[in-house]
This record gives sequence, structure tokens and C-alpha cells, in this order.
Amino acid sequence: MTTKIFIPRESTAISLGAHEVAQAFTHYLSDHDIDLKIIRNGSRGLFWLEPMVEIETAQGRMAYGPVASADVASIMEDISQNILHEKPQSHALALGLTENIPYLKKQTRLTFARAGITDPVSLDEYLALDGFKGLQKSLALSTQEIVTAVVDSGLRGRGGAAFPTGIKWQTVRDATADKKYIVCNADEGDSGTFADKLVMECDPFMLIEGMIIAGLAVGADQGYIYLRSEYPIADEILQQAIEIASAAGYLGNNICGSGKTFNLEVRLGAEAYICGEETALLESLEGKRGMVRFKPPLPALEGLFGKPTIVNNVLSLAAIPFIMSEGSQAYQQYGTNRSRGTLPFQLAGNIKQGGLIELPFGSSLKDLIDNFSGGTASNRPIKAIQVGGPLGAYLPSHKLDIPLDYEAFSKASAVLGHGGIVVFDDSVDMLEQARFSMEFCVVESCGKCTPCRIGSTRGVEVIDRIKNDESRADNMILLNDLCDTMIDGSLCAMGSMTPIPVRSAFTDFPQDFFLTTQESNHD
Amino acid sequence: MKIEFSSPLSNVENIIDSLKNKEGSLLPILHAIQREMGYISSQAIERIATKLKQTPAEIHGVISFYHQFRTSPPGKYQIQICRAEACQSRGSRELEAHAKDFLAIDYHQMTSDKKFSLDSVYCLGNCATGPNIRINDDLYGRISNQRFEEILSNVDRELK
Repeated sequence: MTTKIFIPRESTAISLGAHEVAQAFTHYLSDHDIDLKIIRNGSRGLFWLEPMVEIETAQGRMAYGPVASADVASIMEDISQNILHEKPQSHALALGLTENIPYLKKQTRLTFARAGITDPVSLDEYLALDGFKGLQKSLALSTQEIVTAVVDSGLRGRGGAAFPTGIKWQTVRDATADKKYIVCNADEGDSGTFADKLVMECDPFMLIEGMIIAGLAVGADQGYIYLRSEYPIADEILQQAIEIASAAGYLGNNICGSGKTFNLEVRLGAEAYICGEETALLESLEGKRGMVRFKPPLPALEGLFGKPTIVNNVLSLAAIPFIMSEGSQAYQQYGTNRSRGTLPFQLAGNIKQGGLIELPFGSSLKDLIDNFSGGTASNRPIKAIQVGGPLGAYLPSHKLDIPLDYEAFSKASAVLGHGGIVVFDDSVDMLEQARFSMEFCVVESCGKCTPCRIGSTRGVEVIDRIKNDESRADNMILLNDLCDTMIDGSLCAMGSMTPIPVRSAFTDFPQDFFLTTQESNHD
Repeated sequence: MKIEFSSPLSNVENIIDSLKNKEGSLLPILHAIQREMGYISSQAIERIATKLKQTPAEIHGVISFYHQFRTSPPGKYQIQICRAEACQSRGSRELEAHAKDFLAIDYHQMTSDKKFSLDSVYCLGNCATGPNIRINDDLYGRISNQRFEEILSNVDRELK
């Protein structure tokens, strides 16, 4: 059988030259008449090693990375002279067995078990690695049994709000309606997050399977994936996967011969952060401005086009196939307190070893940084870490002992959110970051609530006055009051959580606001 | 279905007709028109409004809500620089300043030869390898000032 060589078609790898590398391999193989088969796989999520090229051997896959086109000839010589003769790799970019790379070995990959291993649009490979096993089991269960399994797994919404997924499903299942919808929130707008994108680009059938199971559980026959348009490669791969799944009878009017119906369509957003908020997302799907809705009514009862609707994040839906195939207990055994299972953390920003790190809840932020990051890319000390996206707190380097679970973060006035972790070195000016948080709110507010729409503009101005030392003490009081007004007077997280990073900036980094520590503690 | 293209506006009409029966069809229609024409003209807005039985003001309201939709033609290459936090931690503020200086335009502007337009974007999801830019549908990671210039001259060798 022809030996396989793997080169990712995932967007980070592509942004660093994976297509050019693949082309260089193709040319080399044809010029030298070598019989190797190139597979365009997903990414393992070890981004500092991308483009990472792997070759199949009897012991497992051997990796090289990060590979540039110019390295292809020497890597091919190493493969021909060593690997194909069962001798060890001997190349400056050799990484040994992929599975033994410590960054990967230290993880608990449940949701990302297949990422980077398979060709994302190969149904055969998906099936060979337990794909659609969760669906097959679900087809033999009652709708209530499926919902109960999800409740028992302890899964909570991975989009940020951490609402128990099973309870949402129960509400939609119990609602009586002529039509119900499953909506996947793939508007992953938080800076520092890319786990949804990795699911869609590396294991799209898993998301499709999760959505079909959701449809079966609540009696919905139509699903939409609301995908941000900033992810064109995810769009391309999802479209291919949906077409393949439909042709194979997993989607359509007779799912696996069961007589059940589920259709699925990808809908693109149009660069609006607020459409990651579930009610704004529904408005957008209906073809309107993405304005936030009042709740109640809950989308679970009156969602898309007024019908009962599950709106779940990509990672929540992607966890479902594992839960249904391996059982609630298998998922629930991981984690801590009320945060069960695993969370795919995303390590980003100014670090040497950025990537996807799936771990059970409970280890500390400090452990995660120490064990995985490799230090800052700039070799300067860490000053601040923003966890949970643009609405998350900036944590100073002495507050990193915080355990990675929803309640612990919430207790520390911080946000675990979608699991994005952005590291800043000591060159960052926290007043500028606070200003940016307000500025981002100006740009992305839907405009419905005045404190968010206007308050954010005033926030930028007040911070500028503090920066220019115009009545600094008075303006600090004003900024703090403004934060209260935004928290109390905004419907959704955009306005009510923008104060979180702002407050953390002046509370934990008072020197950047030209304050003494005492002055900053006036709330 | 086969779409006959004879004039720009009949393209628009064909697009609307092929999509208007979808649930919540407006965003798919706007995306398809912008992909085909580069932007959404006022004539296109009129046609959409008529066919969807809405007012042109309502269609315009939706277009203006979303950063991506535009009502004037873009440059041949649409450059977006990520302004979000992860890219900031890797020097995107300097990159923004350099890009504006190099192209001699600000955000939401186009070079006088109409080759490049420059816009900001809030997160391209490439946060472990910033700063990032997107040119049309292509994503580029770890962009230094020098790599920015190289990429631009590669995408358009006639730049100089």
C-alpha cells in the first residue's frame, strides 16, 4: 500500500504556507518518481509547528515542523533514506512520533480526538474512528432518553454563558410546535479563540452528527450553522461535508433509513460581533439587523421565526457524539465541581507555543501557561492575560493560580467564556487596552441599549481624559460610574460585560492609569 | 440552476430569484450580490426591496448594520488587518500604522489606482500566530512590516 504523507488544509497552517508546502511535495514526488500519497488532513492544533507535515510509519506518524517549501527536498531525503528504511528521523525539523509530542500527550482529547488525524471530508475515515456511532445509538433511543443523557453528562454551553445544555434541550423538546429549529452558533468572534473553527475545519462530520442528534432529541427537522464570514475555509469544508453526509443518507428525509428528517444549511454572518449573542444571531438568520431581543421569551420557546429553537455553540454540539456514543458517565467523570467534561482551551497572543489544549476543567491557569506556552514569544515577562475574549478580565501575573472552572472565574470577577487565553508581555499599556475595550463596544454595539451605544463612546472619551491628566481623579469616578450604568442598563453581555476588562485594567494595573493602588480601590 | 448573465442588473435579478424563497433570504442574497458585483449598488437595493416586498430603507438598514456589506466598489485587493487583542499582543498596532503609511490611505479608504482597499477586522481566528491579515479570501499569519510589503507585491507584481 502506498505510504501516506499528511499536510494540513486547516486555515492557520494555510496562513503559514501549507498550500505552498503541499505543492512543493507534489512537484518533488513527480520529479523524483516517488510513490507517496499526499493527504490534506486537519490540524492537531499545535500552531507553532505549522505547517506540520507527518509521514505514516509502522510505529505511527512521524512529524516535521514548522516546514517551509525550501525544506521539502531535505525532508524527502530524510524520508527516503531513513523513515522508509525504518531508521530514525535525522532532520533539523524532525519532531519524532506525533503522538509523543508532549504538548499533545499531556492533553485529554475527547472532542478533538480526530482533529488532525483524518482528512476532514473523508466519511470513511470518520466512520473508522467511531464516527456516527453516537447517532446510531441515539436512533435506538426515545427523545427523552437522548435529552436525559445530555443532562446527565453535565455539559454546559461552551459559547460563554455556560447554561446547562440538557436543560435547554428539555425545554425545546417539551414545547409543542409545528416546527422547531437547531441553530449552531459558529460566530466565534472572541479574540483568542479558534476551537470552533478547528472543529469545523478538522472534523466537520462531528458537528453535523451533534446537530442531527439534537434534531432527533427535540423533534426539529431543520438546522442552520450560523458561520462567521471571516472563516472562508471552514465554510468550504462544511459545505463539502454536508454534501457528502447528505449523499450518504445521514442528512435528508430518511436519516440512516429511520424515516426521520433533518436538513442542514450553512448561513454566513457579515462581520458583526454582536451576532454571536443568540438573539441577535436569530434576528440575523431571519434576514434582519442583528439587534438583541428582550428575553423572555426564551429562544427555546420562541426562537427562530418564533419557533422553539436550540441555539448551541459549536463545541457544545461537537461534544454530543462522544456523550451519546461513550455514555454520560464517560464525559461526566472529567472536570471539577459543576464544570464537567473537558474544555478546549485556546492559547494565543504573545506566546511561543500557541495552540489548542483540550483539558478537563480544574487545572489552574498558571499550570496551563507553565506547561504549554513555552514563555512569551518576545522573551519578555508576562504582564497580563485576558481570558474569555474581549469581554473577559485582564488578569495580572500574580493572579494566575485561579482554577479553570466556570464558578471559580466568576467568583474572581473574571470570565472563562469560550476558553480563549491571550497573553501580553510587559510592553502592554493597560490604559490603552481599557480604551480598546470601550472602542470595540462602540464599533460592535447593536445600538439597542443606550448605556452600551452611547456609554461606550463616553468611555473612550473619559479614558482619553485620564490619559491626558485632565481632572484625573474625577474622571476615574466617572469611569467607574459609567461601568455601573453599562452593567445595569444593558440587555446583553456586550454592554454589561465591557466593564469587566475595563475595571480589571484599572484595578489590577493602577500604575498604567497613573494611580496608586489605594486610589484604584474605590468601589 | 443555470443563471443567464446578460447585464449586471439581470445578474442581480437572477440572484434574488434563485434565493428569495429561502427562509430569511436577505443575508444570502446580499452575500451573493456582493460576491458577484463587489458591492451592493442602489439599483440592486431597489430590486431586492421590490422582490422581497420590503422598502429600500429596510434593505439599506440591514446593509448598514453589517461591517462586511458595502455600497461602493472596493479595491481589487481588499486588505483587512486584525485589530483584536491577540494580534495587538503581537504588534498589530505597529502593523496598522505601517500599512496605512505604506499604502498612504486610512481605514475604509482605497488607493488612488483602485488596487487596494484597507479595512479593519475584529478577529480572523488565527490568534496563535498573529498579527494577521486577510486579502480577499486568503489569510496570512505572522505579518511583520516587511512581510506585509512582500505579500502585497506578490499579490500584485505591478505594484511598483
